[in-house]
Amino acid sequence: MVTDARAAGPTTRGGADTALQAADLRLRQLGIGAAAVAVAVVAGLTIGPVGIGAHRVVLELADALPGLAFDSGLSDAHAAIVREIRLPRVVLGLLVGATLSMSGATYQAAFRNPLADPYLLGIAAGAGLGATLAISANLGDGAGAFDPVPLAAFAGGLVAVTVSYAAGHLGGRSTASLILAGIAVASFLTACQTYVLQANSDAFRRIIAWILGRIATSGWSEPALMLPYFVITAAVVMRYRRALDVLAVGDEEAAALGVNPRRVRLVVVLAASLAAAAAVSVSGLIGFVGIIVPHTVRLAFGASNRVVLPLSVLFGGAFMVLADLVARTVLSPAELPIGVVTAFLGAPFFVLVLRTSRREVW
Amino acid sequence: MAVRVQSVTVQLDSTPVLRGVDLEVAAGEWVNVIGPNGAGKTTLLRAVLGLVHFGGSIAINGLRERRRSARARHVAYVPQTPVIPPGMLVADYVLLGRTPHRSVFAAETAGDRRIAAEVLERLDLGGFSERTVQSLSGGERQRTVLARALAQQTEVVLLDEPTTALDLGHQQDVLELVETLRRERGLTVIATLHDLTLAARYGDRVAVLSGGRIAQCGRPAEVLTVETIAEHFGAQVRVIDDPEGPVIVPTTAPTPEIPASEPAMLSTSEELS
Repeated sequence: MVTDARAAGPTTRGGADTALQAADLRLRQLGIGAAAVAVAVVAGLTIGPVGIGAHRVVLELADALPGLAFDSGLSDAHAAIVREIRLPRVVLGLLVGATLSMSGATYQAAFRNPLADPYLLGIAAGAGLGATLAISANLGDGAGAFDPVPLAAFAGGLVAVTVSYAAGHLGGRSTASLILAGIAVASFLTACQTYVLQANSDAFRRIIAWILGRIATSGWSEPALMLPYFVITAAVVMRYRRALDVLAVGDEEAAALGVNPRRVRLVVVLAASLAAAAAVSVSGLIGFVGIIVPHTVRLAFGASNRVVLPLSVLFGGAFMVLADLVARTVLSPAELPIGVVTAFLGAPFFVLVLRTSRREVW
Repeated sequence: MAVRVQSVTVQLDSTPVLRGVDLEVAAGEWVNVIGPNGAGKTTLLRAVLGLVHFGGSIAINGLRERRRSARARHVAYVPQTPVIPPGMLVADYVLLGRTPHRSVFAAETAGDRRIAAEVLERLDLGGFSERTVQSLSGGERQRTVLARALAQQTEVVLLDEPTTALDLGHQQDVLELVETLRRERGLTVIATLHDLTLAARYGDRVAVLSGGRIAQCGRPAEVLTVETIAEHFGAQVRVIDDPEGPVIVPTTAPTPEIPASEPAMLSTSEELS
């Protein structure tokens, strides 16, 4: 049982004899994630009804950077397609995918539950009810960032999380009571939504279309709306990545190590919920991303939140851009709901990862 | 005194569990807390750690520190059933022990890593640093949890039933290791133990926690008598004198009457904790 420690010295990460390395993000891992984003972005800008060469897209992108000037050889019309139509959509896909994955990873760590996703505390149901009410009342059609529909969805999602959190803490101190409160709140709001839906059958199709989700942009307003929420949440969650690793040993032991687990959980869950509600409000209910992306990252790169959180941002963004690419090209000019694509492509891929990975991360 | 517990009371779900516990443990001393199920042994350790609200006073090295992170720099804890985080490497797990020594937002320093590496080597876990804690055997896991507690570099270490999940050989290994480390590092040890013979063999004193109070406290040979064990555990035993300390053997002798045990309502509160 007792292994000669000295023999293992050279294999210790970093190769140091006296000190060991913690599971921090490695440059190589970051590089793989950045490469995935780059491939997804170029593919998303290149492929579409109008054929534009990938090298021209890269030059056009480089030209758009401040301080750089390149001639991509694109006509003004093609350049406009890349810059004004495809680029905002790709950026929104990056932001929404990154947000849902990061929030999912955060929820899983905060609740120590592999099945947790950003919708655990009722964001989806609350946003769904908000959007359903707004669409039924003919307040708007769900297009545009400042339309009443996304605003109602955003508000509904945040109200649901707040009520779940308050109810869960009244019920007890365990994460289980919080999760159960979330289920109760979600069921209640879904029931309300179904009732409103039944009473407004003329709005039925529009509501279902909203629920199924899409990455649709009208110019830069949606990415611009999404960006601040993503930045705030990412800043908070990344700051707490080490605290979330301490929470992995459970509340009791985390407290014995000097950490206040309830405060950490409150801060990160509220931060994750803020961006998730914003993502839902602009793109509808896109399921599955918040579960499969963080788990795929764990299986491929390890379970520490120092690795999982940043890489979930990169791979979540890349995955969403590629899923949106499929959604808008398969039946072109019609579009598939993106939730269909994320699950249809994501589920088999995830099963493959589960089968091939030898890591035990949950 | 490394640890001074004075008139400590704890209520869990409005049920009194500790009803005025007094216990003093000197620096470098090892005291085993024994007692029937539900007597409040774990609750006493949790009170010392500041994990439950308590009445009375608990001082560590003369300080009544109530802030968690400050307390965690003086008292380390090896729980009875540690939570094994999925996918966490042994190196990262032991580094968690350095958490109280820095801001929870800060990266561990080279010094933290050196201390963790040194502890791993000391506990013969050097070759395991890249393995996940999950993949270790029961004995290796117990040493890993002990390593995390040692990486905290506290004066006081609390062990809650450190031998429960282990076979006889590994029980001895762990307790011998604790004894060696105590001598090397001058640790103060408070442990709860179910095995009374082991409680007699390791450590300096035995404290009997019964009915929410310390009923007796002293050298093993003084405390571990047939009468005391019958009174507090409701057990029929023979006590055999051995040069290394009393050996407690259960007997099947017919019991004239069942001794009164603890109120039943107390038995659940410890499990919940």
